[in-house]
Amino acid sequence: MAENNLMQAIQMYDFYLYELNLYLDTHPRDKQAIALFNKYNKMRESANEAYVSKYGPITATQFSGNDCFSWVNAPWPWERSAN
Amino acid sequence: MWAYEKKLQYPVNIKNTNPKLAQAIMSQLGGPDGELAASMRYLNQRYAAPYAQVKGLLTDIGTEELAHMEMISAIIYQLTRDLTPEEIKKSGFDAYYVDHTTGIYPASAAGVPFTAAYFQSKGDIITDLVEDLAAEQKARTTYDNILRLTDDPDVRDPIKFLREREIVHFQRFGEGLRIVQDNLNSKNFYAFNPAFDK
Repeated sequence: MAENNLMQAIQMYDFYLYELNLYLDTHPRDKQAIALFNKYNKMRESANEAYVSKYGPITATQFSGNDCFSWVNAPWPWERSAN
Repeated sequence: MWAYEKKLQYPVNIKNTNPKLAQAIMSQLGGPDGELAASMRYLNQRYAAPYAQVKGLLTDIGTEELAHMEMISAIIYQLTRDLTPEEIKKSGFDAYYVDHTTGIYPASAAGVPFTAAYFQSKGDIITDLVEDLAAEQKARTTYDNILRLTDDPDVRDPIKFLREREIVHFQRFGEGLRIVQDNLNSKNFYAFNPAFDK
């Protein structure tokens, strides 16, 4: 998947998860919402892994390597080319 | 603690610059009902929250507001790329430009710098949550006003996303208030302050 498409998939899963996160804060025993949270969390995880291995870290601790610290590489999120 | 994720919560990709619009949208960064005030309000209030669900809610919504602050800053940043001095003068952006160039500074649309006086942390969860409910509605109204000022779909799209989040947060804070009241004396919610009275 292209970089922007993969990033959009992660943003989509993050949106589901954040929405469920806030809902679960006030409904912590809703089993259906917990199942959805677990499901999207797994999907998010695999999209995240694919992105990080191809295009570099989303959080600094995802960096691995010995040469150049790619965390600082452009673009940063507020730049058009990152979106 | 917090960890930074190098991405926006929702994409911002604006083709056409518009410094005048940037100055109006600035209010949702550093204005009275903006995202910075929202985040600081919830993240400071949470210590006086007596019940676990409400501690979670204030932490998580306060964190999401930081991501909204970043989206608003990205919108202002992209609306103010490659401006000429003529564009700056003609658009009325000169008043901002003279102090901040095109750097991002948290101020209201009228140029009033951000102040912590925009929010309260009262140490009383009913008081705080009622302020939070009002804050979400005030931010929703501000987004409605911004949507009336522009027909640029590149700007409207992320603004509509942010407007929608205010409505969701209002709903969740309403549930938080219900949880608080369920824990209090049903004959008199104000009989004691669970964050202070023993």
